[in-house]
Amino acid sequence: MSEPHPRRAAVTGIGVVAPNGTSTDTFWKSTREGISVLDRVTRAGCAHLPLRVAGEVRDFDPQSAVEERYLVQTDRFTHFAMAAADQALDDARLGRPDTDAAPFSVGVVTAAGSGGGEFGQRELQQLWDKGSRFVGPYQSIAWFYAASTGQISIRYGFKGPCGVIASDEAGGLDALAHAARAVRRGTDVMVAGATEAPLAPYSMVCQLGYEELSTVEDPERAYRPFTASACGFVPAEGGAMLVVEAETSARERGAPVRATLAGHAATFTGASRWTQSREGLAEAVRGALHEAACAPEEIDVVFADALGVPEADRAEALAIADALGTHGRRVPVTAPKTAVGRGYSAAPVLDVAAAVLAMEHGLIPPTPNVFDVCHDLDLVTTRARAAELHTALVLSRGLMGSNSALVLRLGATDAS
Amino acid sequence: MTRRVAVTGIGIVAPDGIGVPAFWDLLSNGRTATRGITFFDPAGLRSRIAAECDFDPAVHGLDAEQIARCDRYIQFALVAGEEAIRDSGLDLAVENPWRVGVSLGTAVGGTTRLEHDYVLVSDRGKRWDVDHREAGPHLHRAFSPSTLASTVAERFEARGPVQTVSTGCTSGLDAVGYAFHTIEEGRADVCITGASDSPISPITMACFDAIKATSPNNDDPAHASRPFDADRNGFVMGEGGAVLVLEELEHALARGAHVYCEISGYATFGNAYHMTGLTSEGLEMARAIEDALDQARLDGTAIDYVNAHGSGTQQNDRHETAAVKQALGAHAYDTPMSSIKSMVGHSLGAIGAIELVACALALTHQVVPPTANYETPDPECDLDYVPRVARERRLNSVLSVGSGFGGFQSAVILNLPREKTR
Repeated sequence: MSEPHPRRAAVTGIGVVAPNGTSTDTFWKSTREGISVLDRVTRAGCAHLPLRVAGEVRDFDPQSAVEERYLVQTDRFTHFAMAAADQALDDARLGRPDTDAAPFSVGVVTAAGSGGGEFGQRELQQLWDKGSRFVGPYQSIAWFYAASTGQISIRYGFKGPCGVIASDEAGGLDALAHAARAVRRGTDVMVAGATEAPLAPYSMVCQLGYEELSTVEDPERAYRPFTASACGFVPAEGGAMLVVEAETSARERGAPVRATLAGHAATFTGASRWTQSREGLAEAVRGALHEAACAPEEIDVVFADALGVPEADRAEALAIADALGTHGRRVPVTAPKTAVGRGYSAAPVLDVAAAVLAMEHGLIPPTPNVFDVCHDLDLVTTRARAAELHTALVLSRGLMGSNSALVLRLGATDAS
Repeated sequence: MTRRVAVTGIGIVAPDGIGVPAFWDLLSNGRTATRGITFFDPAGLRSRIAAECDFDPAVHGLDAEQIARCDRYIQFALVAGEEAIRDSGLDLAVENPWRVGVSLGTAVGGTTRLEHDYVLVSDRGKRWDVDHREAGPHLHRAFSPSTLASTVAERFEARGPVQTVSTGCTSGLDAVGYAFHTIEEGRADVCITGASDSPISPITMACFDAIKATSPNNDDPAHASRPFDADRNGFVMGEGGAVLVLEELEHALARGAHVYCEISGYATFGNAYHMTGLTSEGLEMARAIEDALDQARLDGTAIDYVNAHGSGTQQNDRHETAAVKQALGAHAYDTPMSSIKSMVGHSLGAIGAIELVACALALTHQVVPPTANYETPDPECDLDYVPRVARERRLNSVLSVGSGFGGFQSAVILNLPREKTR
């Protein structure tokens, strides 16, 4: 078992590009108010597909967020990542002058589930319609899963450990945990998170085989986890990047510590074996609590995975009860992602951003479109709930069978 | 107390090297497995050569359902995984499944199937608004590379941390490095790790053509991959998969397992320079080597062999030579350094794990595999590249390095257990 770590990993910056807000402020305002932005898919070439509802990022202008030379060689998912990283670094008050002197002290880790799908479809079209000579020089670096990590490292001059977790949804939490471990091993700062852009026509076609996908056409009814009318999940694009920093480093430069990544664990119970995910998720929660030296009763709020598949919802409700005991029936649970959909590996990172903001504001955001909860959970619905929040638990499960849990603590730990 | 990490099983699917005995036979005899592409008609491509695996999944024990569901790169991982687990002697039925993890790398994942089905749904590239009704039943499994680790974890009933790693051409080293840290930090006792890729498809060949990274030596495929040679002109695409069983050393010793070697250091850094370009100094790779040596508590002079990235591009081989000289100092000149990509090509994300299997075998046999096709020295690459013929040598500690798109530079140290030092 892991021992408590002397070099604690803190969150000192947050950047968000989400369907319900392309800055942390707008994201939080919309999340807090429980405004659902799920809507009919409007992207070119998708109208005929039997996947009608998604969380699209609509008020994002790549040209204003990313320099031209990066724009031409990157896909939309990397545009999101660069914009979110920019915001997070600004938020952490980390600029090039701070990091240029010690480039190896800053690393980058992202999770990526689907890579640069739109860019890839364009180049596939060039190849098959016109011929191999029409494939552009950037296909090799825009489509692959490591594009965002590499481009962020280059754009800011970060030479620290670079990583890419290409796992399923839960990989988003695993990437943050990877950053926390890099910090414990001696790196001062990690820019960490995930963004996805899976809404190009061919990417959409690729997802149609997921039996958990919602095909309901009414945006208000398409993604309703924990209800009797749960009918699957709705995909989304966007995501979040965080600055994960050694608490000591933050203290030295006088940067506020917003939260600490206190504990994490990951397990695996098999693709689409949702009943078994109960045991796997509970085991992940127990592992995360252990690493955080956190008693179940200390958890003030749970950000649920909330897949929206009845069997999976039941497994998650039971896992919370299994791992937290009687406290599991009292602790407030929320799933703000019903407002925006599930952006694959980006979804739990957005939840972590929301959890930090919730703790800071003493306000649990609600679960939009969910009213009639059919599980033994105190799910926060309809409107935000005021509460004193010191510790949050974020859960994630992936379609390929991973379960992951992360414990966050508000603010800095004692200097002792 | 530091937990040490042992390699107790290896398995491999490589070009002309399916299974460990065949693979070692290829390497130790310096044969090359590069040839003209047979998987599709490569007419029109600048580079029309590759190191292909003559791989029939049915012969290697996969059933019809596995063959239909799993992309070729996942089939490689399943076959290599079976061999590695069998080799390790682990009885997974008695292991605590929550303490068994999986960490597998891939650079391009399911691209081959993604391209295959794309052609169907787009009417050969004519439609942006693709027709989903033409897609195959398993396309969603190719969409995300998470399928790789997931499929292998399901096969071996691992329930611990399971992840797919995708850092381009360093994926193999990074996946094994993550597994090493996972066991060292106490998050698992056993980890099934490695990497797999099957990138020999029109789109992947075309995108490397576009940046002239691959060799146009189409007239002489057997001698096309020429790492460190003055006449090198790009890498030769390869494919394959390798799996290593990593185990906490005490756990391995307690069950009387054969220990190939330990993994004792791993580090990765970014060059923050260019997605595909490399500096001539190689300072970031040098830093990764130094950091890995620190973890292994070894001095650079302890390294007996360097398994090079050695892709055979002009810039890579210069960069890497400079990096090794920077990290090992004068000792670099006394240390053999070879590239097995001269024989098995460059299988992108898979090759790092394939090279680690080669390192484990080099330590076992006390033999350094050669750099095939090396004939004409390049003044800028002035180390001992073990030309064409394998060499017997006392090997205790070896270093494997990798370099990839995104600017990533990784290093792994393997050594015989100190108790077994020769």
